[in-house]
Amino acid sequence: MAEPALAGPPALDRLAVGFARVLRSSGLDVPVGSTVLFGEALGAVGVDRRSAVYWAGVTTLVRRPEDLETYDKAFAAWWERTGELSVVAHQEREITLAFDVDNGDDDEQGDDGEQQGPPSVQVRYSRNEVLRVRDFAEYTPDEFAEARRLMADLRIAGALRESRRLRASRRDRGRPDLRRTVRRAIRAGGEPIDRAYTRHSQRPRRLVLLCDVSGSMETYARALVRFLHTAVVGRSRVEAFAIGTRLTRITRELSSRDPDTAIAAAARRVVDWSGGTRIGECLREFNDEWGVRGMARGAVVVILSDGWDRGEPEVLGEQMARLHRVAHQVVWVNPLKASPEYAPLARGMAAALPHVDDFIEGHSVASLEHLAAVVSRAGGPRKRSHA
Amino acid sequence: METVDDVRAALAAHDYLADEGLATAIFLAMRLQRPLLLEGEAGVGKTEVAKVLSRWTGGELVRLQCYEGIDAAQAVYEWDYSRQLLHLRAVEAGGGEVVEDELYSERFLVKRPLLRAIGYEADALGATAPPVLLVDEVDRADDEFEAFLLEILSDYTVTVPELGTFHASTPPLVIVTSNRTRDVHDALKRRCLYHWIEHPDFERELAILRLRAPEVPERLARQVAAAVEELRRLDLYKPPGVAETLDWANALAALGQTDVNEASVSVTLGTILKYREDQERTRAHGLDVLVRGATERPG
Repeated sequence: MAEPALAGPPALDRLAVGFARVLRSSGLDVPVGSTVLFGEALGAVGVDRRSAVYWAGVTTLVRRPEDLETYDKAFAAWWERTGELSVVAHQEREITLAFDVDNGDDDEQGDDGEQQGPPSVQVRYSRNEVLRVRDFAEYTPDEFAEARRLMADLRIAGALRESRRLRASRRDRGRPDLRRTVRRAIRAGGEPIDRAYTRHSQRPRRLVLLCDVSGSMETYARALVRFLHTAVVGRSRVEAFAIGTRLTRITRELSSRDPDTAIAAAARRVVDWSGGTRIGECLREFNDEWGVRGMARGAVVVILSDGWDRGEPEVLGEQMARLHRVAHQVVWVNPLKASPEYAPLARGMAAALPHVDDFIEGHSVASLEHLAAVVSRAGGPRKRSHA
Repeated sequence: METVDDVRAALAAHDYLADEGLATAIFLAMRLQRPLLLEGEAGVGKTEVAKVLSRWTGGELVRLQCYEGIDAAQAVYEWDYSRQLLHLRAVEAGGGEVVEDELYSERFLVKRPLLRAIGYEADALGATAPPVLLVDEVDRADDEFEAFLLEILSDYTVTVPELGTFHASTPPLVIVTSNRTRDVHDALKRRCLYHWIEHPDFERELAILRLRAPEVPERLARQVAAAVEELRRLDLYKPPGVAETLDWANALAALGQTDVNEASVSVTLGTILKYREDQERTRAHGLDVLVRGATERPG
């Protein structure tokens, strides 16, 4: 196949910048450093073969396998046009400064306090008790705005577990800390009189939130996504997904501090908002791509859904079992559970329940506070409460 | 080493068959002196890349297996405390006085993998190949570890406060692998070149089988590769990787088989499928169907 030969080396930088802009306008995050690296890579492999340029780009510009499809499309479009165009016409786009999400782990809380027992849940109670217990489905727009303020006050403290990481301890027990002991021994003329110890530090368990955004959940989804946002920005080690007809990871979108920006970004990302439900299939995708590989291992997994599943209940049951085998705790939050006549008769819900540790309501701010409490006490041994 | 094809040929000469994508990534990692982050399903041969690079370049393979809680003392350096204490006591017993600097000299320094790879110096014989540093399963480590790994990979420098700074005269060839149990931090990814290793296609898998399991009869190898190709299409939880393919072919050969047939597949299924659900799905699909597909595959 005769392919157009590209311009010589002096144009490499322009070429690299041009393609990076194409990628950015297709939605990939391409930091300037990667563009520079791509230019260098082109210099190393040459630009006379399509596949060489293709792989140089994959190696330097793509950092997630999910992005490969977008890359392929952009590459095909760009390569066809580079014959005559060195810089592709496209709409101006603001430069995205990549920033690191604050990952300052909250696990070092209470500098040397050897606190034991369940960590405290910090939930500030509002004066507005009526609104707190009101069903989201009955909210007026004004009430919804008020409820958002209530939810912003919600703090989801992490259920802690022991980390493998060691830290200095003030107590005279635990593992000997040879480094500090030797330091002190030097002062004491070589006699290790004053011994130092270490202990395991604590870190929060990962929290994975899977929120059903299908049509049947419409009245609750907007409030629950708000809750997801609060959780994602409130502490580290939280992952958020939307489930509907497909699984969408929205952690990155929700990590913006401004709730409206974050939720708008998440809504753009989720293409099947208010569509159908295939919870079982979505869970399978989650288990395959993320959960069983490690994200759900030892984690607290919360599924927020009414349990209406158009798929086969066997699929849901099997996937719940897989999830339950690796997770520390599985919590199912069902907004419908609050209504007195509710019984988990939806076939999906019935298939899922045997693999759920906690089955709770999620129709109001108060019930979400309860959820925050359940999640926070999950540090201890497994407990079932279907009450 | 001038072109990507040179890299491919050199890897093949050392028993590793890379496709063009991987060969390009390795070529660029060497040429641009950047760490290479490899991701892919378990068993596609990520760790093997570092091993073959070490065989090829002659650089020492320095392996750092990551795990939760790994810290500088296990990854970079540590002082040999018990020897320090013994030294202290010995000098005291002889009536001498210990100067602190004496205790924090290089003879009491325990070099861990990262420092070994950075503080490497050409040996007396003048062999100059830099080490191959394998940071294996970085996703098992935590954020704190990634932060100092990034620091070290940025300028290939390690500072030991009591001793001074170690700087790599020639940077090591760095291979970082991840199983994607969580996302590696963006800053680290930006520092690295990236390559996602796919399962090999039929032809390449067959070539790998011939190369790595030469005692398996040609005919059997061909059928195994075809059966694995079909298994990967079955929508399994854990599609077999190259490592499993090799195990399976070796198992069948050890049983004296020259053909893939239903009975032998049935008893060896555990070498290729490690989940009960996957085995059930395959049996439901029909072992006879699998065998027929494998023995009748054209080409």
